[in-house]
Amino acid sequence: MTEQRILHGADMLTERGRAEWDAAGVQVSALVDNPYKKDFPLLATKPSLAFLDSAATAQRPAVVLDAQRNFYESMNANALRGLYKLSVEATEAINASRAHVARFLGLTDADARDIIFCRNASEALNIVASSYGGSVLAAGDEVCITIMEHHSNLIPWQQVCERAGAKLVYMYVGEDGVLTEEEMRAKIGPKTKVVSAAHVSNVLGVENDIKLLASIAHEFGAVMVVDGAQSVPHLQVNVRDLDVDFFAFSAHKAFGPLGIGVLWGRHELLEAMPPFLTGGEMIDSVTEQAAVWAPTPEKFEAGTQDAAGIFALDAALTYMEGVGYEAIQMRESALVHTCMHRLADLDFVRIIGPADPALHHGVISFNVCGIHPHDVSSILDMDNVAIRAGHHCAQPLLAHLGIESCCRASLAFYNDSADIDKLISGLQHVWSMFHGD
Amino acid sequence: MGEGIYNAALMEHNAHPDYKYEMENPTHTHEGVNPSCGDDIILSLRVVDGIVEEAAFTGSGCAVSQASADIMADLITEEPVEEVKRLCELFLAMIRGEACEEELEDLGEAAELKSIALMPARVKCAELGWRTALTIIEEEL
Repeated sequence: MTEQRILHGADMLTERGRAEWDAAGVQVSALVDNPYKKDFPLLATKPSLAFLDSAATAQRPAVVLDAQRNFYESMNANALRGLYKLSVEATEAINASRAHVARFLGLTDADARDIIFCRNASEALNIVASSYGGSVLAAGDEVCITIMEHHSNLIPWQQVCERAGAKLVYMYVGEDGVLTEEEMRAKIGPKTKVVSAAHVSNVLGVENDIKLLASIAHEFGAVMVVDGAQSVPHLQVNVRDLDVDFFAFSAHKAFGPLGIGVLWGRHELLEAMPPFLTGGEMIDSVTEQAAVWAPTPEKFEAGTQDAAGIFALDAALTYMEGVGYEAIQMRESALVHTCMHRLADLDFVRIIGPADPALHHGVISFNVCGIHPHDVSSILDMDNVAIRAGHHCAQPLLAHLGIESCCRASLAFYNDSADIDKLISGLQHVWSMFHGD
Repeated sequence: MGEGIYNAALMEHNAHPDYKYEMENPTHTHEGVNPSCGDDIILSLRVVDGIVEEAAFTGSGCAVSQASADIMADLITEEPVEEVKRLCELFLAMIRGEACEEELEDLGEAAELKSIALMPARVKCAELGWRTALTIIEEEL
């Protein structure tokens, strides 16, 4: 690593990159300055770290960590159960968070009853596959998903299809990662009972046209399920506008705590579904041989909930709303444009997915020619650059693309131009270690 | 900026492996795979009268997996099977941090991979060739 490689900010921009920034309406200085980093204790205390793995899990702002602590310090009691003040406060905290999530997804407070808290997006999707899929699918039916699904929106459907004798049908994408209407219409048909798709791909970063998918699914009477794990951190979601039937996301990718997932479903569908897990809190009455289920959402929330996490999610949503999706998107768009242009200038790097930066929502996957992604990641780690390397829990997609594994840099609004500088100089370091200077 | 595990020896074995070729008449062949990262090694041994006369591998994967397999093939060639077993177990013990310095001398160049223990995510890569050799010895010899 030579001294002249360590350059910063605008100095490192190519003319092409600079033009794109201006086109995106963002000043060069806007990415050098970082007004957000101070909000995130881990980032603030590790200034030399370039954290480029937010698609795996985001960092959390201090307000979220404080909320979690405040819950335990001031209102810790088992929610729903107790008749005393503290328990009532805990219950109210959960209900307030539930209503906030509903508004966050474009719904009203009255729709809070259709917000189910679970552990993560994977569990949310398992609830849909098992409870909804398990009760409607029969032999000969089809479930239609995209080839870009994360395993969490793939294996639950594999499992339920196998049990029901149903067929799991894939919608494929081209090299550019774009799912076309032609492909949707070729695969969704009268046998389709469920269409399930990632809102944003965790490998390609592309956004699927959920509104179109939903309208085609509904033409054939199928329900539309959306895995929003990768979209919620980057895109404003309105489930009514998207006209979908189920929507799942994870708090931990949206600057909230680990261990909290959200499932929203249409009320009439949730009401008709059997529970996923059973036990305490999810019943109206129990006799020795039978039980009557509680109404939704309690029906799907067996056992003691992570009330502190749910309270902290409320704080995370408030924080995101404070930053605002407009600011988030503008900054991320500028970061992605810059990062992709800088990567394109490295002739030993091949970007995976669309060439147009505007189609990447926070995620840029790539490979370094002839060097295994795990070696790339390990060497970048020596330079304090954190990226993900591997199959990204999307093995069928990688097989479809003809690769075994890849590197992934994922960005959030708390990243800045110094992070991109470190990634680029780190990749030059990787190349020079394998090929000399 | 350090080179960590990626020292000159490892990079040399990765770039110019002496033992990465298809063996003509192996007595034993076994494929070792790390499914999570796609490392894939097909290890071939020619064992005659209890001696590993020839060791070679083919496959693909990261620099750590390929270089470690090459270093191993060099170490075990012309060694008795019992000694190969001991060396493989010693290597795995080293990775777990359970081998003493004196013992490590027997591993020669492979001892330089000791610091992989500090990179838990990469341990499987370094172990692949050695585990595959042990599988052959334990299941086929």
